[in-house]
Amino acid sequence: MNGIFRFLGETVLQIFEKLGRGSYFLVLMLGGVPEVLKRPGLLIAQVYSVGVLTVALITISGLFVGMVLGLQGYTILSDFGAEQTLGVMVAASLVRELGPVVSALLFAGRAGSALTAEIGLMKATEQLSGMEMMAVDPVKRIVAPRFFAGMLSMPLLAAVFSMIGVLGGHGVGVGMLGVDDGAFWSQMQASLDVREDILNGIIKSVVFGFVVTWIAVFEGYDCLATSEGVSRATTRTVVHSAFAVLALDFLLTALMFGDF
Amino acid sequence: MHRFYTEKTRRFVSQMDQADTECLVTIRDLTFRRGERVIFDRINLDFPRGKVTAIMGPSGTGKTTLLQLIGGQLRPDEGKVLVDGRNVHGLGLKALYELRKSIGMLFQNGALLTDLNVFENVAFPIREHTQLSESMIRKLVLMKLHAVGLRGARELTPAKLSGGMARRVALARAIALDPMMILYDEPFTGQDPITKGVLVKLIRELNDSLGMTSIVVSHDVQETATIADRMYVISEGRVIGEGTPETLSRTTSERVRQFLTGAPDGPERFHYEAIDYTRDLLS
Repeated sequence: MNGIFRFLGETVLQIFEKLGRGSYFLVLMLGGVPEVLKRPGLLIAQVYSVGVLTVALITISGLFVGMVLGLQGYTILSDFGAEQTLGVMVAASLVRELGPVVSALLFAGRAGSALTAEIGLMKATEQLSGMEMMAVDPVKRIVAPRFFAGMLSMPLLAAVFSMIGVLGGHGVGVGMLGVDDGAFWSQMQASLDVREDILNGIIKSVVFGFVVTWIAVFEGYDCLATSEGVSRATTRTVVHSAFAVLALDFLLTALMFGDF
Repeated sequence: MHRFYTEKTRRFVSQMDQADTECLVTIRDLTFRRGERVIFDRINLDFPRGKVTAIMGPSGTGKTTLLQLIGGQLRPDEGKVLVDGRNVHGLGLKALYELRKSIGMLFQNGALLTDLNVFENVAFPIREHTQLSESMIRKLVLMKLHAVGLRGARELTPAKLSGGMARRVALARAIALDPMMILYDEPFTGQDPITKGVLVKLIRELNDSLGMTSIVVSHDVQETATIADRMYVISEGRVIGEGTPETLSRTTSERVRQFLTGAPDGPERFHYEAIDYTRDLLS
């Protein structure tokens, strides 16, 4: 019995210790803002690496998610003779939920894991240590540009995901299943609210971008400097990011749309 | 004010002052622990200016840790590390980074930035810490690369370099800002005889021609003995031998002799501590 309590106690202590380290690390990263502003080239290079290279994955995924939504939505809505509202259903689902959430999960899997592996390998091969000895702060020079690039890229990727998803839903609904083109767009335009739907979706994607990139860069910087350590940190990034995104999505949805 | 000093403190301060003028790095009563394990137990070391000083000892004795303590990457539990008269661990981050600009370090595997080519790796510290024009940076980088014989490899990426070449590029980067001191972490490990010879030549020549102070951490006895002006042998957290390579070769200490000759058994036992062999087999 004592063993269980000891195990629980140690686990809780480890979690809080890691949260503390992560929070301190965040403060250090925010201290890198002047460096990033002074050298925008560093940020642009990372936006390309973290954001632009993720566009293909987001585009293809968004297209298929939108097509599935169009197909499923039509099947259900046509039972009630409401297939003309397919555009609203597809767009609202994407802008409010699927755009920010699915793109955050994909972002964690593609860019988040790459960030962790890159920073972890730099640590394992003493590149970060070497920078410190060259009087260059690796948190400001390496980590901060990657963190802000992730934060900046995520909302844009979510927007691309939603836009391509709507086009996918339109292609299936209007192109294949015969929903009226005008009804598809006009119903969507009339029902979707900029503040209620689009702005809330953007807020979600900003929060997810912040959390996923924070987890990714922290796991890379905090990992054990061995190949196994880097591998475990990369796995943790994907798993923790997925949990964080899904839990935060519920919290944010409850705050934005719940009647509390 | 002076009456507050004890005789012991006065002696200590006077010793430190004297050491400061002759030595670039002075270590006094340094104790460092990792968990329960004592890595250094009140050791004292002096690194004279303009000389090559070697730190030797069996694997796992904390030689690399010592370099990290000198560079301020680790904090000691007790004692002081003075570099050019400044207490490394009493400095703020800004002052520490300022001090590090005058210290070069050659890491065991080079620690080259893998996303930059050879030229950009050497240019990295110059770009970070100076406002020099591109043409001046180019000239400086080519001079440093020429010094290590790799001017022609400027376009290569670190992935295309052999281990020896990577270390030479790292050496060019370490001297990019003309430091007052270079710390070498196991420069000869895993290198072929020719590369070892090249590194030996470079370390000695760069030290003498640039008027630097070099601290070489190594367990390659032969190579290190040919370039070191002074050697320390460390084992189990203590200095067990010190002097010039010649005086150390005549040492009466069995432990030092075992290390220098590479004898498989001696004070450093071949067998890890265990119960009696026969009893173990029959149990």
